[in-house]
Order: sequence, then structure tokens, then C-alpha cells
Amino acid sequence: MSLPPFQHLVDEHWRDVARLAQGLVGPVHAEDVAQQAWTQALAAYPRLTHRRNLRSWLLTITHRCAMDHHRGARRSTPHDDPSTLAEAPSTGPPPEPDDDLWRRVAVLPPRQRDAVVLRFVGDLDHRAVAAALGTTPGMSRRLVSDALATLRLDLTDPKDPR
Amino acid sequence: MTPATHPFAGVGPDLAGPPRLPPTDVSYVVDDTAVGRMLLAVRDNGRVVATAYAPDDDAVDRWLVRIAGAVSPRVLRHPRPTDAVRRSLEDFLAGRADRVDVEPDLVLATAFQREVLGGLAAAVGYGDRTTYAALADRVGRPRAARAVGTALGTNPLCVTIPCHRVLPAAGGVGGYAGGPAAKEHLLALEAGHRGATSR
Repeated sequence: MSLPPFQHLVDEHWRDVARLAQGLVGPVHAEDVAQQAWTQALAAYPRLTHRRNLRSWLLTITHRCAMDHHRGARRSTPHDDPSTLAEAPSTGPPPEPDDDLWRRVAVLPPRQRDAVVLRFVGDLDHRAVAAALGTTPGMSRRLVSDALATLRLDLTDPKDPR
Repeated sequence: MTPATHPFAGVGPDLAGPPRLPPTDVSYVVDDTAVGRMLLAVRDNGRVVATAYAPDDDAVDRWLVRIAGAVSPRVLRHPRPTDAVRRSLEDFLAGRADRVDVEPDLVLATAFQREVLGGLAAAVGYGDRTTYAALADRVGRPRAARAVGTALGTNPLCVTIPCHRVLPAAGGVGGYAGGPAAKEHLLALEAGHRGATSR
């Protein structure tokens, strides 16, 4: 078995990796996370034993880097209590007036946020989402449908001032 | 798989751009030279694995896949590590040098190709010419003129290892990976600069 030249992966998938990183950590830190994911992927690439699903492999690495980023951000937050975390600027995309949906995705419970972003921004099936999250396809399905239900409620909230 | 409805389609800010990765096991560029579009590929130790004609993107991809299999799959487009070979090739094609002054690595060649290309590099100097049959003789395979032609036709180090100096005994310029016009151009270049370049 021989792997395709790494440049092909970059050319074909850099947009997906960048988009996924944006969905998981927000636009401010997305470039760092994507860059880190590519660096790790390049280092690990020759040891890869299969050439199937290289895209899922890249997106799983991106997810792991995003989780490391969140962990790092939590550690550097002075008051490590959940209520302040929700507002900490480094844990999600900063609110953008025109990006209502992203703001709502950012404040989903982390597992739901990751699942819905992997599923729809990464366009991964539930098996791949589950592999990235270290869970089962059934749980991935549930996390995604819970996330979508929350988003739907939010977006149709009649009390919403919009 | 693409879901029927994509909730995030077209949403989100602009993407920054492709990642910036450092040079790795193999760096390459595609260069428009005086004799045609060529793929130049260099290992991390500076040795050159390909100066190969690549007229279209499919040809580029075929070479890259071969390099990924034979050297390393860590292959990235990077101009800087290929600067030296690009400059040497330019000097040669402008008649300022009588050889492409790089350290070649024949990792992409077969064992027979290595024999043929090695014999060629040792025997046929700047401005000289030989025939497929004479080269076959020289590598101890007098009846293998055709195989020698095939070995030269897939030379991964065109111009660097001067397969353009090998011609059919019957006349004409014969085949060439870069096309007959490129071969004629190189032969004329060498004929014009013979003795004029510094040895």
C-alpha cells in the first residue's frame, strides 16, 4: 500500500479542516487549531496503515486539537467555575451580529456542539463522528438530534427580540 | 456523503487559507522552463530525485504518486528547497553551464535504468552524441538497444542526466519525453555553446 502525496490531502481538504476548526473553536483561534492539526497530521502521516477515509482522519485530528485548545483555555481561565466559562471569550466564537447561528452553536453543551459540527460542518457520518468523540454511533445520533432540537427552539423562539 | 439539507451551508466567516507547513521529506515545484513544463523534486538532504517533463497536471500527479511510493508520502509543494536545482537548470538552459550542477538521486529509476543512465553520464559529454545501440553496447547489453530507448524515455532526471544526447542510428532525433522540439533545442544549444562554457 502506498499513501498519496501529502500535498494532495492539503489541496483537497484544507477548507474542510479550516471550517471544522471554526465551528469548534470560533474564528479567532481556528487558524491556530487548523495549523496545529496539519502539523500533527504531517508528522504522523508515514505511519498511517490505511489510505481509506483520509478526510475523516484529518477531521478527527482537528477535533482533538480543538479539544486540546479548549482544555488549555480552561486552564488559563482564572475562575474555573462553569458559570463564568460559558462567557469566557476563548471557549467559543465571539458573538458576531450577523452570525446568529454560530453564536448559538458555540453555547451548546460541548459534546452536542462537537457532534453537530463534526456531522454537518465536517460532513461526517455518525460512525466517524462517534470515532472522533470516542463514543457510539447511537450516542452521536442522539447528541446531534439534541443539538438540532435546541437550535431549532432557539431560532424559533417567539420571545426572541429579532 | 452530502446531507440533503446542510444547516451550515454558506455560514461562517471567511477561511484564512491553506496551512503553512515547513519543508518535509520531499519538496517540489512545477517550473516552466525554456524546454517545457517540468517537475523539480528535492529530498530533505538536498539531492534531486526528479527533473521530469510534466506537460499537464495529470503528469505532475503521476510523478508525485511515484515519489510518494518510492521516497516518502510526505511530499509538499515548496519553492525554496528547489531554488538550487531551478537555478542550475536555468544556467544550463541559458548556455551558462555545461551541466546541471546538482547531486542526483536515482531512487525513481529501475536497476536497469540506473545502469543505462550511469553509463550515459560517464560516457557522453557536453555537445557529444551517441546512439541507442552504442549505449546498449557500452552497458554490456549489445542486443538491448530498444530496452535502452525505453529506459531513457522514462528518465526521471531529464536534462540533468542528458538522455537528449542519444539518437537513433538511422537518423533523426528520435523520441524524447519532452517532445522532439525540446530535444532539438537542447542539441542545438549544446552545439552552439560547445567549448564556450567553463569546464
